Amino acid sequence: MKLKLILPLLLFVVLVGFLGKGLFLNPREVPSPLIGKPAPTFEAPVLGDSSKTFYTEEMKGKVWLLNMWASWCVACREEHPLLVEMRKHDIPLYGLAYKDVETNALAVLESMGDPYITTANDADGTIGIDYGVYGVPETYVIDKKGIIRYKQIGPITPEALRDTILPLLKELAV
Amino acid sequence: MIRNLSLVLLLAFATSSFTNEIVTDSRIDARLRQLSTELRCLVCQNSTLADSDAPLAQDLRREIRKLMEAGKTDEEIVAYLVERYGDFVTFRPPVNASTALLWFGPFIMLIIGAITLVIVLKKRAAILTSKENAS
Repeated sequence: MKLKLILPLLLFVVLVGFLGKGLFLNPREVPSPLIGKPAPTFEAPVLGDSSKTFYTEEMKGKVWLLNMWASWCVACREEHPLLVEMRKHDIPLYGLAYKDVETNALAVLESMGDPYITTANDADGTIGIDYGVYGVPETYVIDKKGIIRYKQIGPITPEALRDTILPLLKELAV
Repeated sequence: MIRNLSLVLLLAFATSSFTNEIVTDSRIDARLRQLSTELRCLVCQNSTLADSDAPLAQDLRREIRKLMEAGKTDEEIVAYLVERYGDFVTFRPPVNASTALLWFGPFIMLIIGAITLVIVLKKRAAILTSKENAS
């Protein structure tokens, strides 16, 4: 009898629990199906020197980060100082200029510092589509076998760097 | 006369090849329109790929058109997009373990409701008959 009385209340609490959890989810975040899968291979001209080509094949055996960015993207500017800081600590950061005008992208690197070992130029965004990019910046952590281990959607925050990316890099380096 | 005839023939030939191209092209247009209403634009997530003007949506439509021209079926194209963007890109979620509750939840609720209704009605009937017997 008593259970019957509190059952609606219990159901209500469960419902509120679900809705409450929903408040803290990010509906804009699309979980990437590529995590745990091989990173799409590509070759693209190097930003600033189109006579050179960047090949993902050459990255086999290395742990590396691929940061997709663009000069027209405001959030990328916000992220930039942290990337420069990461580069100072020898984090293997590679860039991909996504749908950008080469001179604009180079101007950003000139004025804000160049955190990338190499930047590949994806002028028409086809490489971005292969990686499931839907809003720059996005950053991929790729392991020695070329498997995507982590995707940061949006700017890398100091918390994400400290709690997720750095421990992951340490683990992968072994 | 012969000159006129050849001109007519030439014209006929020209228009026929011209319309052929239009036909195949418009077929792809129609398919693209149809398919892109089933797909989500990942930038403005409540609009379809068909009505979004986001640069990514334009790129994806261009990519889909390329795949269609290469002779891919709609299923293959959807698979291509799901591989990159996940199930979220389709407006009709596929039936799998993580979406089972979404698909079957309403039916489960309906069954629970029906069972509850039957139990309540039976109890009521039992109370009524016992009252009738008493009087």
